[in-house]
This record gives sequence, structure tokens and C-alpha cells, in this order.
Amino acid sequence: MNNTPTSAAPKIRLKDMTKSFGPKSVLTGVSLDISPGESVVVIGGSGTGKSVMLKCILGIMEPDAGVVEVDGEKVIGLSPVKRDAVNAKFGMLFQGGALFDSLPVWENVAFGLMARNRRMSRDEARTHAVESLAKVGLTPDVADLAPSELSGGMQKRVGLARAIASKPDIIFFDEPTTGLDPIMADVINDLIITCVRDLKITALSITHDMHSARKIGDRIAMLHEGKLIWIGPAADVDKTDNPFVQQFVHGRAEGPIKMQVRR
Amino acid sequence: MNLLALIGGVVLAFLAHVGRLTIFAGTALSHCVRPPFFPRLILRQMVDIGFYSLPVVGLTAIFSGMVLALQSYTGFSRFSAESAIADVVVVSLTRELGPVLAGLMVAGRIGASMAAEIGTMRVTEQIDALTTLSTNPFKYLIVPRLIAGLLMLPLLVLTADIIGVAGGFVVSVYKLGFNPTTYINNTYDFMKAFDVVSGLIKAAAFGFVIALMGCYNGYHSKGGAQGVGAATTNAVVSASIIILVVNYVLTEFFFGT
Repeated sequence: MNNTPTSAAPKIRLKDMTKSFGPKSVLTGVSLDISPGESVVVIGGSGTGKSVMLKCILGIMEPDAGVVEVDGEKVIGLSPVKRDAVNAKFGMLFQGGALFDSLPVWENVAFGLMARNRRMSRDEARTHAVESLAKVGLTPDVADLAPSELSGGMQKRVGLARAIASKPDIIFFDEPTTGLDPIMADVINDLIITCVRDLKITALSITHDMHSARKIGDRIAMLHEGKLIWIGPAADVDKTDNPFVQQFVHGRAEGPIKMQVRR
Repeated sequence: MNLLALIGGVVLAFLAHVGRLTIFAGTALSHCVRPPFFPRLILRQMVDIGFYSLPVVGLTAIFSGMVLALQSYTGFSRFSAESAIADVVVVSLTRELGPVLAGLMVAGRIGASMAAEIGTMRVTEQIDALTTLSTNPFKYLIVPRLIAGLLMLPLLVLTADIIGVAGGFVVSVYKLGFNPTTYINNTYDFMKAFDVVSGLIKAAAFGFVIALMGCYNGYHSKGGAQGVGAATTNAVVSASIIILVVNYVLTEFFFGT
């Protein structure tokens, strides 16, 4: 299994990461290295622990065991101040956008900027927010709208603008195209590629959408039963003879992956 | 199932719940005294809790004062003790009815809205988003609500005391035929500063309880709309019960023999 990327020190390193909820083991030993500037996509069925893996890296959840390193620094169990410094390197696009309903669009986009630089004036923050909105193809008149006034696709774009507003080193995408029509999904894929390439950001995405995975990923990894069972270049995902990957990529009901009908 | 195991399970679950609540309250309090602070959010919560609760608390207070005067007259007139009505109204309102009724009304209005808002933020990953944006959810969501609850309930209760006494005055003077000057003089004579102060201390405690239970239940809600609904119900019910228990404890502390 091609787990180690070719270049030098990894930007993100996961080693033997495990996480259980009561008797249910969700991650049973995830190991993955992601190089600087690389875009890795993790695919896998619903409930296989993709979101849990992401939350463990982001510090929203604490893994039971294993190592999470960001730029060579172990980040599990850091003090809140040090954790905030690590999180300042991150941008995150949530599956549902996770925009704050009580704030207008521009304050959503500028939220991280104002949180990390409390001396920044609101006018300055607004200017930055409008610039970020422009990068995702949204006009300044959207800035004063409430998130509830936006369509699903526009909410994703605002979420993406928020994720890139503070110029992160690493960006995470949780199901970036779920719930969007095929055209809007492709627009979001293109925006992700542009943002990652232009800003030279390291990206880790999780998705079910194979079209999106092939398009935005340099490498693809497949998570199954708490472990990464296949990792390889995005171009190889259709050529591999791994039966699990084959079944998932082709969306077949028959195969080694048995869908759980009960939890 | 074994009955003892069942009882033991319930007791353990209750203790775990109390432990989680205590840790939550301790964490929230520790963040109350550590920067950064969010003054705009504190002010917004103060307006939400204080200003927008005024109509419902005012209506509750005025009708309570009126009913109290009417009922007291019915009872006291049998013993020719009508002059004690002003005493009963002012002491009952400042010591007990003002804080407890205001607390219960605010628990219904504000506790529910806090739990629903924070619960929705939880299930839509907005709280996770706060963490990824280097903002501690306790500082941003919980602390402003706790501070606003603690500060605004006493102000609401002070207003409720005045409105409630005015309600008693209106019924006593315009329906029962009391002399207005005598009624006001009796009210002043019987009212003690400590009665008012004890009511305000109770109000501050109730404000803290309402905000704590609203935030705690919302913060730990899960499972979508049904989970948020359950969190809202739990916030109101638990805050109401704790208000009544705390009221007894504080009454015993202030006035117990």
C-alpha cells in the first residue's frame, strides 16, 4: 500500500489512530501521511468513520490512541492556546456549510480573521471578506445577506470563502459536493482546485462522490472498517484490482462490502 | 431485569448527569474570568433576557399583585385585619412571588430559546465550526448568556416587585376602597430593605440557573430536530425544578430559624 508520499516531511501525519464510541470501534488504526501542497481524498461508505477521522485531526474529538502530527508537531492533548495556534493553520468546509445563522454572510467569512486578529477593525475585516467572496465567484451584494437567504450552492461557496479567508496552510473539505446538482457540484470542484492550486494549500477531503474525488485529489485513500485499506494516485483508482475499491468506485451492491442495515 | 440493577442504573446515570453538569458549570465559570470577552454578545443577551422579557414578567407581576390583594382581603376581612393587606402584598412579592414567578416565566421564554439556539448550532456543526475558527464555544456562546442571566434577572425582579405592588395598590384602592395614602404608607412601613435584597439575590441565582440549564441542554443536544426539541423541554423543566429547590434553600438560609 502506497502510504508514504514521495516528498519530504509530511504536512499531516496520522499514525495508528483509533477511536471508539462505547463498544463500537469506528477507527481501528488509521495511518496516513500527506505532503505539503498535496490534495488527498478519503472515500468510503457512510458510517465508516471519515468524519470522525477529520474531527480527530481538527481537535473537535480526541482519538483514543495513535498520533496526529501537523508540521511535525504532535497535536493531541495540546493546551487550548497551543491548539488554537495549530487550528490557525486550518480552514474547514463543513458538509452543511455550518454558517452562523445569526451573522450576515460577510461576518461569517471574516469570523476567523477577527477571532485570530482581534485588533482588526470591522471595516478591514469586511474588505477581506468581500475579497474572499469574489474568489469563489460571489458578488459584494451577497455580503449583507443572511445565510438563510442563500441557496445550498451559494452556502457552500460562502463556506469555502470562510475556509480560505484566513489563508490557511491546510484545508479540509467534508463532503463538499453532497446535496448539490451536478453542475453546481462541478463548479465547487473547480473552485476547490483553483483555491488549492493558487493558494498552494494542502488539502484533505472526504467524499462519496467519485467524480469529485477523481477531480480534486492527487491521491485517493479508501477507509473501510476503521482502516485505510487502499491508498494510491487518483489515476489508479479505476485500475486497481482491490475488490473493495472496485465495488465502491463502481457503486455495486454485490461485493465484499456488506452494507449494514442496522446499527 | 433485576430491580436493584435497574435502580442502580438510574442512580448512576443521574450521578453521571450531575457530574457532567458540574464540570460544564465549572468550565463556564472559569471562562467568565479569563479573556477574551465578547462585550457585544453580552450586551445582546442582556437585551434579549432583560428588555424582551419585560412584558411577560410585568404582566405576571401585575396580575399576581392584584390577585394577592383580592385574596388577602377575602381572608383578612373575616378577622378585621384588612390593614395587613399592604404588608402581605409587599412582603410576598419581594421575598417570594417576584423572584420565583419572574424566574419561572424567564425559564420558559429564555431557557427554551437558549437551548433551541445552541442545540441547533450543535446539530448543524456550527459549534464545531467555532472551534475550527479558533473561537472557544464556551467563551462565545455560554459565557455571554451566563453573565447576562446573572445580571438581568435581578433588574427584572426589581421591576416586577414595583409593578406587582402597583397591582396590589390598584385593586386595594379602586376595588376594595382603601385610602391610597394609607396604603402607600403601610407599604413603606412594612417593606424592609432585606426583603428586597434577598429577592434580588434569589433572582441572580435563578438567572444563573436558567442560563446554565439552557446552555447545558443545548450544548449536549444530538440527533437532529427531535434532539433539539428534547433539549428545549429538558432545559425548561430542569430549570423550573432547580429554581424551586434553590428558592427553598435560599429561603431557609435567609429566613430559616
